[in-house]
Formats: sequence, structure tokens, C-alpha cells
Amino acid sequence: MRYLAPTTLDDAIQLLSGDPGDCRVLAGGTDLLVRLRSGDAEPDSILDIKRIEDLRQITPEDGGWRIGAAVSSAEMNEHAELKAAYPGVCEASDLIGSTQIQGRCTLAGNLCNASPAADSVPAMVAVRAMARVAGPNGTRDVAVEDIPTGPGKTSLEKGEFVASIFLPAKPDRSGDAYLRFIPRTEMDIAVVGCGVSLTLDDSGTCTAARVSLGAVGPKVMVVDAAAEALIGTKLDDAAMDALAKACSEAASPIADKRGTVEFRTHVAGVLARRAAAIAKTRAEG
Amino acid sequence: MSNIHVTTTINGDPTEYLCAPDETLLDVLRDRLGMTGSKEGCGTGDCGACSVTVNGRLVCSCLMLGAEAEGAKIETIEGMAEGDQLHPLQQKFIEHAALQCGICTPGILVAAKSLLEKNPDPTEEEARYWLAGNLCRCTGYDKIIRAVLDTAADLRKAS
Repeated sequence: MRYLAPTTLDDAIQLLSGDPGDCRVLAGGTDLLVRLRSGDAEPDSILDIKRIEDLRQITPEDGGWRIGAAVSSAEMNEHAELKAAYPGVCEASDLIGSTQIQGRCTLAGNLCNASPAADSVPAMVAVRAMARVAGPNGTRDVAVEDIPTGPGKTSLEKGEFVASIFLPAKPDRSGDAYLRFIPRTEMDIAVVGCGVSLTLDDSGTCTAARVSLGAVGPKVMVVDAAAEALIGTKLDDAAMDALAKACSEAASPIADKRGTVEFRTHVAGVLARRAAAIAKTRAEG
Repeated sequence: MSNIHVTTTINGDPTEYLCAPDETLLDVLRDRLGMTGSKEGCGTGDCGACSVTVNGRLVCSCLMLGAEAEGAKIETIEGMAEGDQLHPLQQKFIEHAALQCGICTPGILVAAKSLLEKNPDPTEEEARYWLAGNLCRCTGYDKIIRAVLDTAADLRKAS
């Protein structure tokens, strides 16, 4: 195996697209190194992107924020402005693994690992995050929900990788939140995850909303019916009931040791209601 | 497979080593540099027994390649005591009997030191969350948490 550590994005693209064998991108490594050890991955080369200065930055852009693919969850959560703008995304990234894992893991890595239960992904989807994909034919911006295609699978072409995540500007009086259920208090994989982002007008009526679910299908899902249940309401009990119902109906989970189908279906609604309440409080400021 | 030459600083000492591209930092520390204080519990980042800090950031050395440490400042359990003078956390762990078999102890001490550097006055909840990635199968954690909070209180008094 070769270890490659380019210092520019152009060199990284050239190395990745020019590699005749299996070349894996290394960001935080918290999934890749586990796969190397288990033999699940036997790459010919590893491309470490952490020495590319641009990919280590959190940068304001067009009223939103661009987060480089090598930025760790810990770095995001130490960034006061980013946390104030996107508390839901930051909290979701702060739920990935332990303190030690959070010191290394990245949004881009969590996305490209393509686990249906990835914590940061529903949170990113809720705020309409875009992944900037770099490759031999230049860069393209892809909605985060279109990167994973199923467990462990992505829509990235050979030679492409996610260079950064863009969290677009939010309208005034907007809030986001992410909640997950796990059987213990820390260090477990989501049984259900739910991201909610919403915007209120001056009268407190919800004018825009986006609701996403994780761990209840082969990939993250956007639940339009859940958003529609909120839009035009003042997020009263009836709206919250309709939101919960829409999320439970959208969930199509598997049963495993962490939860049954019935339990996951129910919890999808419960978490949506709670996450929407937090997002509402945040939108009210 | 050709080895990679890495220049780094470990516990304040400039250190150079050669490692294979797929060799973890933990394997470098233990097998090439003879620093066996960092333990391998799981090798998959679940147990925290291999905890070290890299440029001040707490990480699992089993989830990092040795090659990634080029230019980095690494602190391990071997750098915690100054000669025969134990670090206050190490002393408190003895006083509180906060260890039994001891395999998790180096990782917990490194993680706890990192916590107190970031947050000198953690609540019990904060300490428990910070150390959630350090598994101990003997103590039930209570003595560990008390030792950490007691050390924090002493260090605050001393400063």
C-alpha cells in the first residue's frame, strides 16, 4: 500500500483520478482504518487530504458557511459563529462516537461512509447542505442527500471525492435541530435520527420547513409530507401530530438488535416532534 | 512496500521513525519506539485504551496512521509523570484506587488530562461524557470520575 499526502487540491485530484488501483481518500480515518484492520478494505493507495490547507478551513461564504472535508467535528464545535448559525448540524457532528473520534471525524467522511445511520447526514439534509465534489472534470455541487445511494454506496464517480460541505445562508427567524435515539446515553449508532429546519414569519407562522430521517431506510430520507404538515401552521399540537404521523408513515426500517420495526416507526414520529420544538425555539431567537 | 520516514515530537523529544504506510500510530509507539504505555484494547476506536494527544487533540492512536504524524506534537502516557514525580491525576488514581487491572488506565489518564486542560472545572456529567470513549470493565467508573473531579478541585485550589 502507498500513502499519499498531497498539499494541493489539484495534486489530490490528479493522484486520485490517475491511480490505476483502489485508492481511498483518508480524512479523519475513523471508518477507513477500521475497514483496513478488518480486511474489508485492501486499497493499493491511501490519499490523505489533511495536508491540503483549503480543506482544513471553516469559511464564511454568501451568508452561509463552507466546511472543508478535513475539518473535524471537534473543530466545528469550537467555532462559535458556526455553532450559532447551525446548532443542529454542529450538535449532530458532536454525537459521532467519543471525544477521541470527534477529534478526527469529519462531515464529508460521515457522508461518504454512507451509513444509513450517520448522525450528521440528516442534520445536513435538513438545512439543504451541498457537497462540493472534486474530480478530474472539475467540481460539481451536489445536494447532500444525493451522495449516498445505499448502505456503503455513493454516487461519486471514480476519481471524485467530496472536498467541502456548504451550509447555505438561512433566512431570518430560522432554526435547525437534530435528535437521535440510542439505547444508551453515548457511543452508539442511531436507532432513529431526525433533522428539522424551519423558518417562522413575524406572527410565528411556519413559512418553510424541511424534515429528514436517518436509520429508518437504506439511506437518509427527506420527508416532504412532514414539512407540509408544518408549513402554514403555528406549530400547534395538531401540526405536531401531523408531523409525527408523516414521519412514522415515511419510516421503512429494518429490525435489528437495537430496535424493532414497530419501535423505530414510532420513535421516528416522537423525535420529529421533539426536534421541531427545538428548531422552533431556535427560530424564535 | 517501502517504509516512510516520519519526523515528529513525542513528549517534547524530537523523534524520527520509519513506518509502513498501513502501520497505525499505536503500532509505531509500541513496536518501533518501545513505548508500551498506550494499550491496544479493541483496535477499532471503541475502547480508548490507546488514547494520546496529537497537536493537543485527544485521539485514538489505533485510528491514525504513523505516517500521518509527520510534523505533529504527540503526548503519550509516558510523558505524564516528571521523573519520579507523578502527575496529580496519577497520584489521585492511586489514592482513590481508581483502577483494578490497569489496562484502561493510561488511556483514561491521558483523556482526563486533556479534559482538565480544556475545562478545569468540569461537572460530573461533563467528565462522564468526555470519558465515555474510555471503557473500563473493572471499576464501574465511579472511582475514576471521583478521582478526576478531586484532581480538578485540587488543581483549581493550587492555581
